[in-house]
Amino acid sequence: MSEEIEGRRPSSDEATHKEQQEIDDNVITPEKAEEVKLKARYPHLGAKPGGSDLLRKRLQKGQKFFDSGDYNMAKAKVKNKQQLPAVTPAEKAEITGDHIPTPQDIPQRKPSIVASKLAG
Amino acid sequence: VLGAGGGGNDVQWCFSQVKGAIDDDVAEADIISTVEFNHSGELLATGDKGGRVVIFQQELESKNQPQCRGEYNVYSTFQSHEPEFDYLKSLEIEEKINKIRWLPQKNAAQFLLSTNDKTIKLWKISERDKRPEGYNLKEEDGRYRDPTTVTTLRVPVFQPMDLMVEASPRRVFANAHTYHINSISVNSDCETYLSADDLRINLWNLEITDRSFNIVDIKPVNMEELTEVITAAEFHPNQCNTFVYSSSKGTIRLCDMRASALCDQHSKLFEEPEDPSNRSFFSEIISSISDVKFSHSGRYMMTRDYLSVKIWDLNMESRPVETYQVHEYLRSKLCSLYENDCIFDKFECCWNGNDSVVMTGSYNNFFRMFDRGYRQDVTLEASRESSKPRSVLKPRKVCTGGKRKKDEISVDSLDFNKKILHTAWHPQDNIIAVATTNNLYIFQDKL
Repeated sequence: MSEEIEGRRPSSDEATHKEQQEIDDNVITPEKAEEVKLKARYPHLGAKPGGSDLLRKRLQKGQKFFDSGDYNMAKAKVKNKQQLPAVTPAEKAEITGDHIPTPQDIPQRKPSIVASKLAG
Repeated sequence: VLGAGGGGNDVQWCFSQVKGAIDDDVAEADIISTVEFNHSGELLATGDKGGRVVIFQQELESKNQPQCRGEYNVYSTFQSHEPEFDYLKSLEIEEKINKIRWLPQKNAAQFLLSTNDKTIKLWKISERDKRPEGYNLKEEDGRYRDPTTVTTLRVPVFQPMDLMVEASPRRVFANAHTYHINSISVNSDCETYLSADDLRINLWNLEITDRSFNIVDIKPVNMEELTEVITAAEFHPNQCNTFVYSSSKGTIRLCDMRASALCDQHSKLFEEPEDPSNRSFFSEIISSISDVKFSHSGRYMMTRDYLSVKIWDLNMESRPVETYQVHEYLRSKLCSLYENDCIFDKFECCWNGNDSVVMTGSYNNFFRMFDRGYRQDVTLEASRESSKPRSVLKPRKVCTGGKRKKDEISVDSLDFNKKILHTAWHPQDNIIAVATTNNLYIFQDKL
């Protein structure tokens, strides 16, 4: 009882141990400092980065399309953009394909065999 | 000048050649995605995001210039893969060539395996330097002759012609991978090879395309419980029953195919213990292994994670025998590297011919070499500025803090869009191929 009221003085060993712990808490590794920065910018970031969310995103890599028609129209759009702008505005309106596609409208998806520049 | 090279610490690296366009406007299709020497080093193959393969051949050393090693010139180029559409999942399948692996040469033709995310193809590259002439029923241009005009018979003979190199797809190994293929590896038995995706590894016979054996399956029953994926796999260079695969958690598993048909149980597990007090949000991401390569001897293997290269002795699972820091200064930049996705970049690594030096890429078109014997390392740069013929590459230094010396570059000035992910070392000589985004640099040691 008397010891509690008095407040026993800690031994010298305990003192250095406590000081060391304080030092360790204050010294943050560069990695942990970066983590603090990240969490400050994105407070809703989950605790487990390597968890299933990240992995599932990785497993699903690849641009999704609604269906094969959507895919072919997107490919046609890219191809048309790459062609030289020699068409009149009226023709352009038809080619970009914002209307409902019919089999006649969809260009053949031919592979664009452009030689690699490494072989040039 | 301190270089890093096999058999000596005085190797000086010189610029030899650069392939590809000079302009800064890089088309996506031109992004180089894989580089690989064949087993003799005579051929060098590249694959790109556009699904094309370009093969370079080393010219024979000329008698006029015995001090110069032969240059690499275009030998063959072909479209290996094309974009496809997965109708079931409404997903596009990229034509990007993820890996190329050469088969050991068995006859006059050369064979290589190339793979995109879903399909592996075996390509035969053969030379034609003569053609038959003097048919009885055909003209030289192929038109058929009127049989009634034929009055004599002759035997067609082979006449020399200009060399033609033809690439033809001999096998297509399709529909065996639900997830994205990251590795292929030819077995030392020269009959089989493995292909690995995020969750499974399959074993193929090079002759058989309609069947494949699944040898590793780490897919959990409940995908919510997924904690790690397969990042790379490779067969042992001379033990045909042994292969390794690495994971996104920084572990490597060695499997023995003699133990069981399904190698879900590893024979060895290589993992470096981590200090739990050092753990951070980034720990697991930067420990993910992006490449694993056996040494030529088969005694060691090397792994590449985001910040370091580790050499493992196959006889010791508890920790690597050597660790080399590639760009430790990035540890205090992890936050921005996570935001710009660079932290997920997959760097590859390679051994030199006698396993004395290892090489890997970094940012700002820098690449690093570590000499294991002399305990020296060097940072070099692949750039147009240092591309004068036979000019010696000057070592680069990144300034990590404090006063920046002349010729040093500060961490904040590094260009993180200029990444060297793919490098290759000639199997015997000090010739290296280093791929920047869309250019292929070839460097040689000064003879």
